[in-house]
Amino acid sequence: MRFTLNGSPADVDAHPMKRLLDVLREECSLTGTKEGCGEGECGACTVLMDGKPVVSCLVPFAQAEGAEVTTIEGLGDDHPLQHHFMNEAGAQCGICTPGMIMAAMVLAPKPTLDEIRVALAGNLCRCTGYEAIYRAIWKAMGDMATPSEA
Amino acid sequence: MRVVGTSVPRKDGIGKATGRALYADDLSFPGMLHGRTIRSTIPRGRVRGVHVKGNTAGLTIADHRDIPNRNIVALIVDDQPFLVETEVRHAAEPILLLAHESKEALLRVEVEIDYAVETPIYDPEQSTGVLKSLLIEKGDLERGFRDADLIVQGTYRTGHQEHVYIEPNAVIAVPENDGIAVYGSIQCPFYVAKALRSLLGTERHIRVVQTETGGGFGGKEEYPSMIAGHATLLALKSGRPVKIVYDREEDMVATTKRHPSIVRHRTGVTRDGRLTAIDVDIVLDGGAYVTLSPTVLSRGGIHAAGPYRCDNVRINGRAMFTNTPPNGAFRGFGAPQTQFAVEAHMERVAEALGMDSVTFRETNALRPGDTTATGQTLGNDTSALAVLREAVKRSDFARKRTAYAGTNKGIGLSLYYHGSGFTGSGELRLASKAQLDLTDHGVRILVSSTEIGQGTRTMHAQIVSDAMGIPYEQVEVAQPDTKLVPDSGPTVASRTCMIVGRILERCALEMKETLAGQSPAEYFAKHGAVSILKEHIQPSWIEWDEDAYRGDAYATYSWGCNVAEVEMDPDTYEVRPSHMTAVEEFGKAIHPVLARGQIEGGTAQGIGFALIEHVVMRDGLMANGTLTNYTIPTTLDTPVIDVEILENPYPDGPFGAKGLGELPIDGPAPALINAMRHLGLDVREIPATPETILRACASR
Repeated sequence: MRFTLNGSPADVDAHPMKRLLDVLREECSLTGTKEGCGEGECGACTVLMDGKPVVSCLVPFAQAEGAEVTTIEGLGDDHPLQHHFMNEAGAQCGICTPGMIMAAMVLAPKPTLDEIRVALAGNLCRCTGYEAIYRAIWKAMGDMATPSEA
Repeated sequence: MRVVGTSVPRKDGIGKATGRALYADDLSFPGMLHGRTIRSTIPRGRVRGVHVKGNTAGLTIADHRDIPNRNIVALIVDDQPFLVETEVRHAAEPILLLAHESKEALLRVEVEIDYAVETPIYDPEQSTGVLKSLLIEKGDLERGFRDADLIVQGTYRTGHQEHVYIEPNAVIAVPENDGIAVYGSIQCPFYVAKALRSLLGTERHIRVVQTETGGGFGGKEEYPSMIAGHATLLALKSGRPVKIVYDREEDMVATTKRHPSIVRHRTGVTRDGRLTAIDVDIVLDGGAYVTLSPTVLSRGGIHAAGPYRCDNVRINGRAMFTNTPPNGAFRGFGAPQTQFAVEAHMERVAEALGMDSVTFRETNALRPGDTTATGQTLGNDTSALAVLREAVKRSDFARKRTAYAGTNKGIGLSLYYHGSGFTGSGELRLASKAQLDLTDHGVRILVSSTEIGQGTRTMHAQIVSDAMGIPYEQVEVAQPDTKLVPDSGPTVASRTCMIVGRILERCALEMKETLAGQSPAEYFAKHGAVSILKEHIQPSWIEWDEDAYRGDAYATYSWGCNVAEVEMDPDTYEVRPSHMTAVEEFGKAIHPVLARGQIEGGTAQGIGFALIEHVVMRDGLMANGTLTNYTIPTTLDTPVIDVEILENPYPDGPFGAKGLGELPIDGPAPALINAMRHLGLDVREIPATPETILRACASR
């Protein structure tokens, strides 16, 4: 099946009902996308499909045909979100981090706290209480001066 | 050049932010099989027969008869088997192991088990099986009650709590040197090695390597020993690497959880608010095997009287056997349960006296020179009053307490403490070691302390960097591998910074002396490798009587105060936190950003524990073992958490540091329940779900 993976054309032979998550991890050896629950609740497996965040554990591979799929590896090493997740300790154990970063990719510049909370509502983090994640996103995407509380 | 007290980049930050960090499930070995665990479907009884059905081609099957040495997961008491022989003590107990190249083929295998069913016991108060009891006594309790003007009683309950590290348990066992190497998501590599020695015998080669670990919170303290044993049996039988990765449901249903508790308080107090007698009775639900319950009860018991001065105290505790999967270590280790009880109770005592929450706590808070329930005299690094006063000021508590009265808003607080390191003489027995090696460009830290998110690598490197006076970048940290690093003890008990960090600091000071002003590179070029190994030195003043539960229970304590602000929805009976304040003193913040992360994360876990994390047990098993049905706080459930760090150095900690990891989860639950009391809701159990709150409203 043909699709675009991290900006390059890809042609992968896998069962159409195989989870996109498994195709990425097993067939494409892109292990940056993580499995936390397998039921679409934790968001650790979030990738972008045609620019929208999806939980790849709930996406059958057939749906990726012709789509543009972006994983954490597609960001390279130098994305501002990656730098600030590191510096603000938005990553503690790090298992939710790739999914968090991918979910945050679709935020408009200078997001409010409410906008961030809604965008990340499907991504669970058990380590940080989310505060450091918000700080990382503001550092990367611009702060709305003093963000108003929800 | 000093880096202690600054927030340098995490050693593991970029690997995690780029997705390059390798967790157990990201690893693959040639010829690797996948493993599956067949578990009991009854809570108590005996296995009469096991029948594997369907296509068994390419299938490796292992049961207890394949165990070369002892069928015992060695930990504290030798009672828990790797695999059931005949006796089943809980549902989801491992009976049979399967491995196959194909995950799909593995899942298609059906196993039928015949049982002789026996009657299970689920209620710890109905159980007659005491797995551990303790008694702490101070002063003369009867006299304390005679001196009291008022006696207040109450019973407080907490439920199970599931860890929900986002990476489920995962290990890979790889045959190596006629023995085994186990790679895995592990908090305590040497615990796993000990369990494998029990399984295989001491003669076999055993190596345990920690891979990047996606959270632990205590949940990867003991259970990885079980899974590692299973993968090892399958790997040795098949002669091939075997990976076992639990899916979320298996992880939630079968592995350990926080012990449910029932705590009864009877407290004597004078009219002017002085505590004269504290009598506490604790029951913990231990589950089907001993695992770590004795030490959980111990820490819970020692913290049960709260951070308060009182001359007459009795604390009775029992951990009971029941027919559920064993409960185990979870951040806080018994202290969140008993401190929930004591802080919810003290609020009721203040209310009964007609005293405000703050004045009552100020009157009784432990001060330097006071003695705890075990008779420990506290040092100058005792900060109960400091954290209380700062949190009250910072949160504008007094004004809001008045302003919220009669509205759907409430505000409440909790005062708490947490002992750093192993209880009593535990650290003496552990005799932890740490090693520092000179390299051609710096030094390398060798410890078995694991990085599980909290920042072990970074914080240890900061301590070594400053103690040696070399740049942080020149300090590297070896991956924990039991054939490479010394046993620094387990990564538990808020000990990784204070205890292991201190040993490393001493290694670094000696390394500095050896280098005598030269840089590591210069010295290495001239003299070659240097390796310094040091062992923990227990401060000589620590005295502990294990049998009497008397003496210095912990080398020191960290202190915290939470203020919780809540809003109740009068239609749904949901109480939601709107703001949390956390003021915590833990000696010295080696890395303020990471320390703040511990406080924010622990506070959020405490909010979940208090309000939404409800393990529903049915027939001895978690019935809601999915993240759809067992919810942890999301971004929308977690309020703003306002953190302030106070410093009050502990002389025997590295740069004055004490333990921090567990402290933040002790306080949120009672602060939230006390905020509900401010709303007029008499809630004495958690999680305080809307159903619980509805009952409290009905009785109002």
